[in-house]
Amino acid sequence: MSRSLNEVVSGTLFLSGNEAVARGAWESGVHFAAAYPGTPSTEILEAVGKHYAEIDAQWAPNEKVGMETIAGASFAGARVLTAMKHVGLNVAADPLFTLSYIGATGGIVVVSADDPGMHSSQNEQDNRLMAKASKVAMLEPSDSQEAKDMVGEALSISERFDTPVLLRLTTRISHSKSLVDVGPREEVEVKGYQADIRKRVPIPAHARLMHSRVEKRLLELSEFGAAYAYNRIEEGDSSLGIITSGVSYQYAKEVYPEASILKLGLTNPLPWDLIERFISGVDEVRFVEEGDPFLEEQVRARFLVDAQGKSRVPLEGELNPETVREAIRPDTVRQPPFEKVKTPLRPPALCPGCPHRGAFYALSKLSGSSTGDIGCYTLGLMPPHNALETTICMGAAIGVLSGIEKAVGREGMGNLVAAIGESTFVHSGITGLVDMAYNGSTGTVMIMDNSMTAMTGGQENPTTGKNLRGEPAPKLDLEALCLACGAKAVRVVDPHDLEEMEKVLREEMEREELSVVITRRPCIMTYRPSRPAYAELDADQCVGCRICMNLGCPAISFEDDLPSIDPMLCWPNCDLCVQVCPTGALSKDMEGI
Amino acid sequence: MDGMELTNVFICGTGGQGILLASEVVSAAAQSAGLDVKKSEVHGMAQRGGSVTSHVRFGSKVYSPLIELGRSDLVLSMEKLEALRWLPYLAPGGRMLMSDIRINPLTVNVGDAEYPDVEAALNARDVPYDVIPAYEIARGLGNVRVVNTVMLGAASVILPLGPEYWKEAVEQRVPPKALKVNMEAFEKGRSLLG
Repeated sequence: MSRSLNEVVSGTLFLSGNEAVARGAWESGVHFAAAYPGTPSTEILEAVGKHYAEIDAQWAPNEKVGMETIAGASFAGARVLTAMKHVGLNVAADPLFTLSYIGATGGIVVVSADDPGMHSSQNEQDNRLMAKASKVAMLEPSDSQEAKDMVGEALSISERFDTPVLLRLTTRISHSKSLVDVGPREEVEVKGYQADIRKRVPIPAHARLMHSRVEKRLLELSEFGAAYAYNRIEEGDSSLGIITSGVSYQYAKEVYPEASILKLGLTNPLPWDLIERFISGVDEVRFVEEGDPFLEEQVRARFLVDAQGKSRVPLEGELNPETVREAIRPDTVRQPPFEKVKTPLRPPALCPGCPHRGAFYALSKLSGSSTGDIGCYTLGLMPPHNALETTICMGAAIGVLSGIEKAVGREGMGNLVAAIGESTFVHSGITGLVDMAYNGSTGTVMIMDNSMTAMTGGQENPTTGKNLRGEPAPKLDLEALCLACGAKAVRVVDPHDLEEMEKVLREEMEREELSVVITRRPCIMTYRPSRPAYAELDADQCVGCRICMNLGCPAISFEDDLPSIDPMLCWPNCDLCVQVCPTGALSKDMEGI
Repeated sequence: MDGMELTNVFICGTGGQGILLASEVVSAAAQSAGLDVKKSEVHGMAQRGGSVTSHVRFGSKVYSPLIELGRSDLVLSMEKLEALRWLPYLAPGGRMLMSDIRINPLTVNVGDAEYPDVEAALNARDVPYDVIPAYEIARGLGNVRVVNTVMLGAASVILPLGPEYWKEAVEQRVPPKALKVNMEAFEKGRSLLG
């Protein structure tokens, strides 16, 4: 699997939905792609970077900038793609909603990978509603083959109807693999940039005309959708007609293959004529859709049809074959032979050797805690650290800390600091720091710089000195940036030097003016140990004080009043437990590590 | 008609145990055998030392990427507690293979929960299971990272895919420099149940 997939121009590949989208972009001549990583969308740009050199691909500092750069490239006539997780579209919504008015010169695909079930997200928003609100066309694939094919479909719809197209995936599409028939790349000419201010400058006089075109476009798209190959009726038993889209279609087919199914691929705007025809041919209509009642509400309102959807299919969480079976084939439900057994939870934890562990240990030791942000370090909320108390969205750690001080003053703020990763800081923390300086906040921002966008699996960002393809790139100077924003002090510390970490943090928390502590140590994913090394216990010297347990290290457990180090988990270049042990019972040979 | 000829494999363990690689190998073997295949798993937060699962389904035509509860022909667990956690996926007549590895969850390490006696719990429920000494074997081969391949070797005896497809799949999916030790691990696992 080491060879690049642009050398494979025919045959069948086993691809995830994300890999298939990358493939589709390549085959359909996409020139430029930009994105910020976000689960479950990240692997799209990673796959483009790894396999498809013909596409100019880059990590953007955030989704809004990604959207703006692909907009510009489309203005110049290039075929473009941007990808993001569902909440990323909130960040990019500002350009998207007006790009909808402006339209597409080169085809525009905006991939939104939603996360029903919140496997790795803070909310469960259904971005089909964003397509409706922004009035752009939307396609929903139901497996990897469709994910690939629909990129090409989206580009032709985009260019034909002069609209951005939202390609809406969900976790189960993005991260499930299935077989995909692939083909060669179709080269498409970049049309070249030509000024067109009536099209691209939405001053009110222009924008009013644009809006009329958008409404007309929606009507045309609905008509187009009625005869579109990816909206299809699968005729079956006419007693029950199921209207469905996306991965929900697969669950419906799984549990009720004989049913009549209206499978919708183009789901905004809805193909009214086709839906009317389907409804009139079945006795009863049922909606099988994940998330919000997007199809259900629109169809029921338009046709006043008495149909069941969310009354049977869960509104919350991810659908699965069990929930769909209960909704449409309750007669075939059978109990599993073995019931669920009560087992201890296994929540995610900071990895052994994680740089953040030192920072949270020190913060906790100072009886401190934090307003938090989005990244691995959100796990600082877990015991034994218990050192993170709020999270909203990317960048919010800083605004929230500042707001708490506004409400209750420096004393009321107590020992709270803002905890934010370097990638998240660049994404949308910088403006928060500017606000703190401008409006007189005196808090401490702890930028946890592990030189990697880590939670999403390890991507480069503007602070790492490398671009998406791993080539050298200018490195953002965080210290200079923070000073320029107005921080009165900026200190850099290795979070695995616990004494220094605690000292610097204490001094800056005591400082009665705005300060930044950058805890800088690379993520363990960037490090290849030269040999194994693990901490060893001298049981005679151990007094069973359990201080090492305060690290919350997955490699350390406590049995029979003694710590036990798992050599499989202990990370070679970490000696935090050796540092905290008050009796010298723990030791580790780190020579040459 | 539907589902009759499908095989469902539920693979579980903890982050870092090579579950995703194992499910790649099963899928590649099924693909080589000319079957339709789907597999599904979740990335991101769940992989930070949490419980990790992968659903693999193969047969003439696969719709759902997820296995239904109580319908997995094989539950392959790289860790003991995870075997117990995901037991409800096991089908009537299905079989469970579990490694000899115990990895304490954080809840156990901090004293909020106790690691259960997994074998006793399985015995009490008459679960058809085998403990595969995968850790012992992997350590004997000098590379504890090949635990997942030992488990795959054992699984290959149970799953309806010929040995030629398995060999090709392992070769395709493991890094070339680790191929030899992985093939040995696979054969050792295979001989346990063979």
